Amino acid sequence: MATKNIAGVILDVTDEGYLNDPSQWTKEVGAGIAKEEGLELTDKHYELIEFIRNKVEGGEGLTIRGIGKSGIVDIKGFYQLFPGAPLKKATKISGVPKPASCI
Amino acid sequence: MENKNETPLKKVCIICAKGSIEDVYATLVMGNGAVMEGIETKLFFTFFGLDAITKKQMNKLHTATVGNPAMRMPGGLPFPSIMGMLPGVEAGVSAMMMKEMDKLDIPPVDEFLDMVTAGGGEIYACKLAMDMFKLEKEDLSEHVKDVLTIGDFYGMCGGENTQIIFT
Repeated sequence: MATKNIAGVILDVTDEGYLNDPSQWTKEVGAGIAKEEGLELTDKHYELIEFIRNKVEGGEGLTIRGIGKSGIVDIKGFYQLFPGAPLKKATKISGVPKPASCI
Repeated sequence: MENKNETPLKKVCIICAKGSIEDVYATLVMGNGAVMEGIETKLFFTFFGLDAITKKQMNKLHTATVGNPAMRMPGGLPFPSIMGMLPGVEAGVSAMMMKEMDKLDIPPVDEFLDMVTAGGGEIYACKLAMDMFKLEKEDLSEHVKDVLTIGDFYGMCGGENTQIIFT
């Protein structure tokens, strides 16, 4: 198992850089991972991160469609906040496992 | 993952020529999946596949209940072809399938096109098939970027690590 030092915390991560233990996540850790992905987090990002963390904690699956219905951003906005592969990037920055979602 | 010489896919071009639920959704799931991964995505709809982007038809797609050997009853019992011929059966089965898909957060066709284009995917219609079915650009979803010849479409499918998929 790999480890990574972000914001002074030794994080337990997968080979792809996803946190194995979501409870290790802090805002600073999120910002650190985002920086590695070339992103500067805004309030909107944090709002969405909170939504994602709550969903995952509640045992619900994540989909792009679901995020589009979150009331925080529409799908276009989601792609703008996390350009490229939004669901993967957003979950990685949120400190939750890589989503097993095809939609 | 093992082969370190592999380079990631950059562009996916998908051609959809059939209009049944499974053919159209194969295209949409693969297309949207590529968009989600940050892969450049272009979808080309032709022949009966045009139903998927025709406003009047897109949310009324069916799956075949006759001539479909994989069709089974809920629970797995065989689905007699003769039953599939009865009026309304195909519509009922199709509606049921769409309902099951909705439970998995798979959207209806119009919303799926929204998702693909929101992420930067592009949707095109085949000119020849449009002429054949007497369709005009106005008959198509507003998400359709252009009506193209197959040559035009191939012209967009160049570049390293590009794949063309036919569903």
